[in-house]
Amino acid sequence: MIEIKDLHKSYQMGSNSLHVLKGINLSVEDGELVAIMGSSGSGKSTLLNILGMLDGADSGEYILDGVPIKNLSETKAAQYRNKFLGFIFQSFNLINYKNALENVALPLYYQRMPRKQRQEKALKYLEQVGLKEWAHHLPSELSGGQKQRVAIARAMAAEPKVLLADELTGALDSVTSYEIMELIQKINDQGNTILVVTHEDDIAHMCKRIVYLKDGIIEKDEKIEQVRAESYV
Amino acid sequence: MFDIERWQEIFDTIRKNKLRTFLTGLSVASGIFILVILLGFGQGMRNGIEQEFKQDASTSIEVWPGVTSKEYKGMNPGRSIQFVNENFESSNALFDELIEHESSRMFVRDVNVNYGKESLVYSIQGVSHKYQFIENAGMIEGRFLNYPDQNTAAKVAVIGKKIRTDVFTEVDSPVGEYIEISGIPFKIVGVLKDNNEREEERIYIPVTTAQRVFNGGNRINNMFFTLNPVKNFDLAVAQAIDFKENLKAHLQEQHTVAPDDTSAVNVWSAMEEAKRYYGLTNNIKLFFWFVGVCTIIAGVVGVSNIMLIVVKERTREIGIRKALGAKPWSIVAMILHEAIFVTAISGFGGLIFSMALLEVIGPHIEIDYVVNPSVSFNVAFTTVIVLIFAGTLAGFFPAWRAARVHTIEALRDE
Repeated sequence: MIEIKDLHKSYQMGSNSLHVLKGINLSVEDGELVAIMGSSGSGKSTLLNILGMLDGADSGEYILDGVPIKNLSETKAAQYRNKFLGFIFQSFNLINYKNALENVALPLYYQRMPRKQRQEKALKYLEQVGLKEWAHHLPSELSGGQKQRVAIARAMAAEPKVLLADELTGALDSVTSYEIMELIQKINDQGNTILVVTHEDDIAHMCKRIVYLKDGIIEKDEKIEQVRAESYV
Repeated sequence: MFDIERWQEIFDTIRKNKLRTFLTGLSVASGIFILVILLGFGQGMRNGIEQEFKQDASTSIEVWPGVTSKEYKGMNPGRSIQFVNENFESSNALFDELIEHESSRMFVRDVNVNYGKESLVYSIQGVSHKYQFIENAGMIEGRFLNYPDQNTAAKVAVIGKKIRTDVFTEVDSPVGEYIEISGIPFKIVGVLKDNNEREEERIYIPVTTAQRVFNGGNRINNMFFTLNPVKNFDLAVAQAIDFKENLKAHLQEQHTVAPDDTSAVNVWSAMEEAKRYYGLTNNIKLFFWFVGVCTIIAGVVGVSNIMLIVVKERTREIGIRKALGAKPWSIVAMILHEAIFVTAISGFGGLIFSMALLEVIGPHIEIDYVVNPSVSFNVAFTTVIVLIFAGTLAGFFPAWRAARVHTIEALRDE
C-alpha cells in the first residue's frame, strides 16, 4: 500500500539547514495498523505530513497504492488526498460552525456527491462511531472523545485507502483514549490500513507494528502482539 | 457559478456567521447609500438652479437705457438716453432672422386703480402681445393681450394672479369686469400667472394704449427679445452674445453714443447668466462625483479589509478543507462567491433603500436651489456593479493567498 524509499527532508531555519529525515525506508501492507513512535524532534510529524501529501520530500520515492507521489500540483495533491487519505488530528480540526453530520459530509462534498447521498453516508459513518444521536450537534456541544469520533467518521467517510492519525489521543484522557483506540482497532479489523503517530507507549502497543524513529532515521521496526483496547475498558 | 451544491454550502456559511455577514453587508450598503444620497443632492441643486432660470425664457434679452458716460461727437457726457418706438422697430427689422419674440415696454409706477369702491395702487406695464412668451408666463383665466388690442390701442387689461386673489374676491371671474386706470375704464381680459411673484402684482395693457393714456408719445422704457432656439447650448450662448453686441452697437449708433460707452445702452442676456450658473452646477456636480468616488473607494477598502479578516479568521477552516481534498481554486471560489453574494445583496439593498428615500422625500424638498433631488438609476446601478467588482478584486488576493497557505501551517493556526 505504501512504499517509501530513501526519503530525505530538510527545513531551512534561517541560515541553518535542519536535516529532519535522513533516508527513510518503509513499506506498509494493506490492512496493517502501524504506530510510528519517537520523541519530539524525531521527524515523525514531518514523515506524516509527507505521507499525507501536505508537504513534499526533498528526495526519495513515495508510492501510494501504486501511484508515485512526486512534484504534485496543489490541485492534484488535493485530489489524491481526497481519494486516498483520511486525516485524524490531535486537535480534531472540526469546522466549528458545522454540526457533526455536516463535518462528516464535508469530504464527500469535495467528491461532488449530491447532498442527500452525502448526508445518508455521513449518518452511516456517524452510526458506526456511535454518534448517530449527536448528528445535529455542533462540535462545541460535544466532549473531546465525541469530537475525535466525529473526526474519525469524517476520515472514514471518503472511504480512503489509508487513515493517517497524528497523536489522535493526545488531547484525551486515558479512558477516552482507549475507547478511541478500540474504535481504531475495530476499523482496522474491517481491513483498513491505518498509520498512527504517537509518543505514548500503551497506544503504540495497541497497533500491530511499531516503527521507532530517532533523529530522522528508523531505529527499529518490529511486528508486535497487539493489545486489544477493550481489555482496558 | 450555478452550482447548487456550492450555493447550499455558501448559505450554510452565511447562516452560521450572521454577525460577520451583517457587518460586511452594512458597510457596503451604507457606502452605496451615502453615494446615492450625495449624487441625488447634486442633481437636486442642478434642478434648483435650472428652475430659477425657468422664470424667464432662457434666451431672453433685455435692453434698458442709461446715462452716457463719455463725450462723443461734440455731445457732453451725462446725457440721458430715451428709447422710442423707432428704436424698437429698426432693431426688429435689422435682426428679424434671429428674433423669435419681441416686445417693447412702457411702465408706469404707482398708478391709481379703482375697482368698484376700492382704490388701489399698482404699477402698469404697457407691453406688446408677445410679452407673455418673453416672461414665460401662463394664463390661468381668459387670454393675454393680442395683436388687434395693440393695433387699435384697445382699453383692455391683463391682471396678475395676486391682484385677482387680493381684489376680486366677490366675483367668480375677474374676466369681463371693468377697472379704472387713471380714471379711464379698462376691461379685464385675462389673469396671468408668472413664476416670479412680483410680476403677478402688475397690470398689463397694450403698449400703444399706455403711450396714449400716460402721454407717452412714442417713448418706451425697455425692449425685450427672445432668440430663435438653437439645439446646441454653446452655440446658443455664442449667438446670444453676438446678438447682444450687435444690438448694442446699433442702438449706440442711433443715439450717437460712443461705441465704448458702458452705461448708455444696457443689454442683459439670460443665456450668459445661465452659462455662468451651468458652469457652477457642473462644478458642484463634479464635486459630488469626487466625494462619491471617494466614498466608493472607502467602501472598497472596507470590503477588502473585511475580506482580509474573514480569510484570516477562516485560515484553519481552509486548512481543514484542503486536508479533506479541497482544491485551491475551490477555496478561492468559495470565498469570492460568498463575498460577491453578500456585496451584491447588500449593495442593491442600499441602492433600493436610498432610491426609495429619494423618491419619497425628494419631491417634498423645496429649499432654495435644491429641488427634487434624484439620481439616475443607471448611474446608481453602475456604482453598485463597480463596488461589487472592486470588492471581488480586493477579496481575490487574500483568498488566493489563503488557498496557497501551507495546509500544515493553516492547521496549526490557533
